[in-house]
Amino acid sequence: MSVVPESAPNKDDVKAALEASSAQAQAQARRTALIRTGLALGALVAVVVVVNVFSHGSFLTATNLTNVLRQITFNAILAVGQTFVIITAGIDLSVGSLIELTGVVMATFANAMPFDGVPLVLATLIVGLLVGCFAGFVNAVPVVRLNLPPFITTLAMMLMARGLAFKLSHGRPVALTSSAFDTIGTGFFLKIPVAVLWMAVIVAVFAILLTRTRFGRYVFAIGGNEEAARLAGINVRFVKTMVYVISGGCAAVSGLLLMARFSSGSPQTGIGSELQSIAAVVVGGTSLMGGRGSVIATFLGALLIGLLNNAMNLLEIESYTQDIVLGAVILIAVVIDELRKRYLRGAAG
Amino acid sequence: MRDIAKSFPGVRALSGVSFEVLAGEVHALVGENGAGKSTLMKILAGAQRADEGSIEIDGKAVVIDGPRAAEALGIGMIYQEFNLVPDLGVVENIVLGHEPQRGLLLDGAQAAREATTVLTELGIALPLDRPARRLSVAQQQMVEICKSLIRKARLIVMDEPTAALTDRETDALFALIKKLREQGVAFVYISHRLEELPRIADRITVLRDGKAVATRPIGELSQEEMIRLMVGRELEAHFPALPPVPAGAPMMLEVKGLCSGRVQDVAFTVRAGEIVGLAGLVGAGRTEIVRAIAGADVPQAGEIDVAGKRIVVHGPHSAIEAGIALITEDRKAQGLVLGMSVRENTTLAHLAQFSPRGLIDFAAERTITAQEIAELRIRTPNSEQIVRNLSGGNQQKVVLAKWLIGEAHIYLFDEPTRGIDVGAKAEIYNLMVELLRRGAAIVMVSSELPEVLGMAHRILVVREGRIRAEFAQADATPDRVIAVATGVAA
Repeated sequence: MSVVPESAPNKDDVKAALEASSAQAQAQARRTALIRTGLALGALVAVVVVVNVFSHGSFLTATNLTNVLRQITFNAILAVGQTFVIITAGIDLSVGSLIELTGVVMATFANAMPFDGVPLVLATLIVGLLVGCFAGFVNAVPVVRLNLPPFITTLAMMLMARGLAFKLSHGRPVALTSSAFDTIGTGFFLKIPVAVLWMAVIVAVFAILLTRTRFGRYVFAIGGNEEAARLAGINVRFVKTMVYVISGGCAAVSGLLLMARFSSGSPQTGIGSELQSIAAVVVGGTSLMGGRGSVIATFLGALLIGLLNNAMNLLEIESYTQDIVLGAVILIAVVIDELRKRYLRGAAG
Repeated sequence: MRDIAKSFPGVRALSGVSFEVLAGEVHALVGENGAGKSTLMKILAGAQRADEGSIEIDGKAVVIDGPRAAEALGIGMIYQEFNLVPDLGVVENIVLGHEPQRGLLLDGAQAAREATTVLTELGIALPLDRPARRLSVAQQQMVEICKSLIRKARLIVMDEPTAALTDRETDALFALIKKLREQGVAFVYISHRLEELPRIADRITVLRDGKAVATRPIGELSQEEMIRLMVGRELEAHFPALPPVPAGAPMMLEVKGLCSGRVQDVAFTVRAGEIVGLAGLVGAGRTEIVRAIAGADVPQAGEIDVAGKRIVVHGPHSAIEAGIALITEDRKAQGLVLGMSVRENTTLAHLAQFSPRGLIDFAAERTITAQEIAELRIRTPNSEQIVRNLSGGNQQKVVLAKWLIGEAHIYLFDEPTRGIDVGAKAEIYNLMVELLRRGAAIVMVSSELPEVLGMAHRILVVREGRIRAEFAQADATPDRVIAVATGVAA
């Protein structure tokens, strides 16, 4: 229903407003998107050119770039889930441990099953997802019911999941007995690593979920103003719970890919991954204050970090220096992002 | 301030505004939202810098390049949204940034002495240790004033100081301002409540579209003239005529035994085509009543019938499904997602309509938003504008647009015109009348007495969580309503 005060505006008014809306809107959206991704892309190009020169051309080779993509799959998938959590102004510190826990559980499960092949892979994936999503659910309950800070609940889960992974595996990697996972771990499809295809599908699906569905819109609304979202009839508890479940699920998929890659589920592979994923999200321009962010930008953030790591390896920069550079890049990224925001917000009187 | 100009990307906010305040003067600054009042004052307070123009204090040119500089020059700024630290006590808030120290340590006793001195000088009593979050709005305002004084402010800018005050608190504030004025403190007084200006201001400056259109002694301008200068066109009578409630109009809303928080055993009915006004003092429980009906707070007890059907409210969702829309009093905290666009805010409560197959249909969203922009005359470049960048009146219209696109037939307005300009107010009143014509039922909470008296068929007076009296519009006079609201009469 719409209501007309005083006099009815004629159809031309509406049409004009609509035309102005769509034309200007598209221009504005395009400009914002351009600024948002432009910086990340510009940085990428600069790095690529410099590194390629200094590494005598070994950087810009198909093999090397494929390698980079394969290396970032784990982090990129974690960061996709993390993006949803961070847009609601939350944080998920447990994802690193969940890689380990789901990896150990999945490897143990796969070894115990009497069947093999694709059914085994599917069954294992489902078990991993159940574990990861359940852990995400446990993360969320105190957050949505008692309003506890997610920093605390996910920190607790980080400790519990890591401890449990060690206990279940007795501190040793659980070697896979089946070779059914080799395709995922090391296989190629049309010259592209299978794991990279998994990542592409996940990035695409979640990018659509975030930008084109009601659920995604609600995620932004909750991060922007939780009370306004609640009063608009949005089931805030459900949506917030689901972002942690998604994050746990992404950790499980990451755990599966990692397990497949190394043919074992290990209780130590995820240390520091949670911070890597947060770094990718932040470098991608998502605000830790919530209400803003993008899956594609997060992917670019993960890609930038991956390329930097790879470039520094090619340039034979020692690992301590690499950490310094990475830290500096994250800092510069958030500073640039803040300046960009101020520029865009300058119009607010 | 001389020839001040300021532009933002795409907007010329101020052009060549000159403005002066004398010592010991209360200078009112009025204008519609977006006229440039806030920008002008932000420049004075150092929150923004002017592109052109100069500022002089005591005849000397000064540069105000930040809040600290403004403070050092004796300029105190009290924004509509206060700048108190919620968990710090009254004393800590007053001395914030100027804490007396003994060596490296804070000197709490000295701080308390300084704060008490200011408070006694002003003749106001405040609980010194109480955290700011537990003070009333009026008390918080007192703390803000003390804060300015302890910084030796000689010019205090107040933005809409009475917007959230009851009449009695307003009287206290005016007494305080007069006292300070006698001591030579000057005030810039920004307000939309034109009727209170003759009581407090010495001179008035009217801003319109970024220009100062008049500066006069307050006695020389009638309210009608002020309004005409502000909007640049004649406005008809303040309130539109309410169409009478049709005989035999169906009962739309029936509330019985409603209890929620401080609200006890509230019962009333609203028929289709009727506006029921809830009058009372701030804190009487009016907002709690409408919040409970809309599921914003889950009522502890009570029966709510919508069009004769009992509904169970266990959250905003169930109320919205029953056709109840709550337009909250605080649009920034409760009504809008400020970082989202006009389009995203407009469709937020009814997004299911726009995503029949799972994916959101952006074109459909834009179409309906463009319609609402045209019909509500929302001043925005397009549907993608971020609502943070809109003026208060236009933000309020976006809140309305959000509820108008649904199929609501009961509208609960909580302070629908707080802090918005005269033109937008009139538009919102007309909109309410239009809703009545369409058979909607309206409950309106308002602290502005003329608004309740002018825009409601029946007036319920709330005091201490209960409905104490009911008046038909014809019988309601300001005196009678106030007498009940303050407990002078039953």
